[in-house]
Amino acid sequence: MNTTAIKELLYKMADDLLIIGHRNSEWTGLGPILEEDIAFSSMAQDKIGQSQALFQLLHELGEQEPDTVAFTRNANQFHNAQFVELPNGDYDFSLMRHFLYDVADQLRFEMLANSSYEPLAKVARKIKGELKYHVFHANTWIVKLGSANEESKARMQTALNDAWNYALGLFEEGDFENDLKKEGVFAGEATLKQLWLETITPTLTKATLTIPHENTWEPKLGGRKGIHTEHLEPLVEEMSEVFRVDPSAEW
Amino acid sequence: MITEQEIWKGLELVKDPEIPTLSMVDMGIITKVEVRGENSVFVEMTPTFTGCPAIKMMEGMVADRLKEMGITQVEVVTTFDKPWDSNKLTERGLMCLKKHGLAPPVKHSGEVTMELLEHTECPFCGSKNTEMKSPFGPTLCRSMHYCNDCLQAFEGFKPVV
Repeated sequence: MNTTAIKELLYKMADDLLIIGHRNSEWTGLGPILEEDIAFSSMAQDKIGQSQALFQLLHELGEQEPDTVAFTRNANQFHNAQFVELPNGDYDFSLMRHFLYDVADQLRFEMLANSSYEPLAKVARKIKGELKYHVFHANTWIVKLGSANEESKARMQTALNDAWNYALGLFEEGDFENDLKKEGVFAGEATLKQLWLETITPTLTKATLTIPHENTWEPKLGGRKGIHTEHLEPLVEEMSEVFRVDPSAEW
Repeated sequence: MITEQEIWKGLELVKDPEIPTLSMVDMGIITKVEVRGENSVFVEMTPTFTGCPAIKMMEGMVADRLKEMGITQVEVVTTFDKPWDSNKLTERGLMCLKKHGLAPPVKHSGEVTMELLEHTECPFCGSKNTEMKSPFGPTLCRSMHYCNDCLQAFEGFKPVV
């Protein structure tokens, strides 16, 4: 099997999870109501744990220890999509990003549950069950707020418009798409994107929200290749601050 | 030489650090026990959730218990080879959860839906006139509910596939 291709796939997924996990954790103590504070904190814990499992797979393929990989790289060495590094903004944007990202991730891990790369398939079979709850949570709020009152609907629609092109950046193709497809590791970003569109559309329709018109779509690409917005560097600095103070500390 | 059955029996004393009425065996997170020779035992575990922060601690608790039983060579590993799902809780495990005031997870048939959680049976009064407040709770494996009959908030152990 093409190890370089598998590593590239693992890195982008692990980095997406680590960075969105960190953003989710920023709601801890600040959620608009207690249950939501707990929800985003729980999802943060899930995602960071899931990223650790993927970093562990990378470690088994010869990369450094999970903590070292997570906390000692510079921003331009991260392969996450720009979407997940954007600041939380208001709760409307956080919820919309949560919805768009988590549906994509759930579908991704469902696809990977059948991967020919068995170590990844095993982890994916576990993660996809956990993500169900993230998607339940997202769907509930999108539908609730999309159809609650004028203000909530307007805010959710604005959040969708603002998030859209960044969300499309999740499906940026790597250099090894064909190898991964050929070897049955992953069916590819284009397939995933199609599935994602088919899955989010009914929920958005139920929420009376409208996907931006296709001729305005301009996916925000580059994240997979280390090109990021100005928001990633401060995040990485904050996230790794404690580790950098004493990398050998025992927890 | 100690038998695998004796090891399983001995491990029943190792309890979940957050739910002291529930053993790790009844929780279904110990997936394999292998006696590898005189005083040498291998145990395989799997976490309830990938991000469960207690798994390292639980590995240590299992190892300590085995040493207590006189095993000198102990190996405990965590893998996803046989991933945990909530149907792996034993009948006794489900009872233990209830005794602890946690609604046991509903048996699933390979699929978990929101409806499955909507009217979770109240562990205090047995009513199904309940509502789910959030699919997330104080730990990754719990959800939060409210009973409209006995007017108490309660937590449930989530069904997971």
